[in-house]
Amino acid sequence: MSKLPSLEDFKDRNVVEGSAYYDVDQREAPTTGMEKFKQVVNRTFRFELFIGLWVVLREMIKFDIHTVSYPAEKLPIGPRYRAVHEMQRLWESGTERCIGCGLCEKICISDCIRMDTRIDENSRKEVTEYTINLGRCIFCGYCAEVCPELAIVHGGRYENVSEQRAHYTDFNDMLTPMDMAISGKVAEYPGFGAVTPHEDERIKTTPLAY
Amino acid sequence: METAYLIETVIKIVTILLVFSALAGIGTYFERKVLAFMQRRLGPMNVGPYGIAQVAADGIKLFTKEDIVPTNVVGPIFKIAPVITAATAFMAAAAIPFLPSFEIGGYVVNPIVSDINVGILYVLAVMAVGFYGPLLGGMASANKYALLSAARGAAVFISYEVITGLSLLAPLMMVGSFSLIDLNNFQIEGYWMVVYQPVAMVLFLIAGFAETGRTPFHLVANDHEIIDGFGTEYSGMRWGLFFIGEYANMFFYAFLISILFFGGFGDGSVLGAFALLGKVSFFFFFFLWTRAAWPDVRPDQLMWLCWKVLMPLAVINIVITGFVMMF
Repeated sequence: MSKLPSLEDFKDRNVVEGSAYYDVDQREAPTTGMEKFKQVVNRTFRFELFIGLWVVLREMIKFDIHTVSYPAEKLPIGPRYRAVHEMQRLWESGTERCIGCGLCEKICISDCIRMDTRIDENSRKEVTEYTINLGRCIFCGYCAEVCPELAIVHGGRYENVSEQRAHYTDFNDMLTPMDMAISGKVAEYPGFGAVTPHEDERIKTTPLAY
Repeated sequence: METAYLIETVIKIVTILLVFSALAGIGTYFERKVLAFMQRRLGPMNVGPYGIAQVAADGIKLFTKEDIVPTNVVGPIFKIAPVITAATAFMAAAAIPFLPSFEIGGYVVNPIVSDINVGILYVLAVMAVGFYGPLLGGMASANKYALLSAARGAAVFISYEVITGLSLLAPLMMVGSFSLIDLNNFQIEGYWMVVYQPVAMVLFLIAGFAETGRTPFHLVANDHEIIDGFGTEYSGMRWGLFFIGEYANMFFYAFLISILFFGGFGDGSVLGAFALLGKVSFFFFFFLWTRAAWPDVRPDQLMWLCWKVLMPLAVINIVITGFVMMF
């Protein structure tokens, strides 16, 4: 084809001679006995089979193993991954970030968040009960998105198997440990839409350009 | 018959049985490792160092699994079929010299159970009988996939018996003996048989893939079409016997090719013995290698290859050999 077909050419789905669509690598099937014979001889003496043998042997010698032995080593996951929730504390003071506004409970589309609040003696709102039923949670991320205080976020813990359903609601598992919060070891949640680190280096030119 | 001879023979039989049953297990380990490396995987890694004890784990699993005989099967035939496969594979080994003869404390040991004068004929005949395993097992299983596999097996094995026989005829004409020891000794003075008979070697190798049911011709138990073929209804050690039979056959076929076409154990020195083991290892590796590289062919293509390509080639090879020997 002399020039690359334009988008308009591709929109014409009437496949005829000279249109943008054409059959890729479609060879004539041999019809006569002699042609069939020639094809067999050709294929046999080009030693096509040995090319395949060489390819797999080369890979074996190179020994470039791509296996991730999973329980022992794990692939890193992106910061936008939505796994089991984490309840954040404030740095240094260690106070729970949750202000008990109840937005997450309201927005949860699978109805798996329950919270109970009261007004404490300083007339501040205090969260007394907070449970997420992870057995029901569909990990949509609405709760983390709606949270005004970045108190509930999604962590990277994706191995959530348990022998008991009760374990799926344990608030203390999700809450940042106090010592980590005080020593400032908790990474600040980058928020929704955060890009993976080093993402710029991994961006490649689209194949269409070359 | 002397007692010493009897004891020696029994010891040989038991040794072959034990060694090749164990080798069948280790063969599965190597198959998984080789296939994994060729596909850039690691293969079994967790049981023992580098997964070497995976064989033991598989063995324990096979031995302790529940033995299921399904409701509608033809009981006695269903039960005897795996035994036929395994037994004939080991019976075929009786005429194969596994190593050159050696001396232990002044007592000469020939590592062949019986050097009968129709050696190679006996080996091929008994290996051919082994095909009753898949056939009877498939037909007795009351399962349509097993039945399909039995039908395919019948077609493939009978067709490729022809190729095995015809391809071997030309080398046998040159040697003038059926004994595998004579065939081995023929290659001591001259070159290896593959130099005289390259076409016969290629045909015999191709037929070997069909006879052992290895990958390019793996139609008898083609997982993606007919589940496990004749093995579909089998479980536990009955299936294990099919498995041992298949792998033992692979080893024996590797021995046959090495002895017939690639010089065997040569003049019988220690070096020759190790050379034989090296050749056998290579051909066993070749069975695994092709499995990683080549796709399966269709049953009709297999028949086409047998009757329209390989058989004429084998016959032409015999005719040319005959003419060359005559003049």
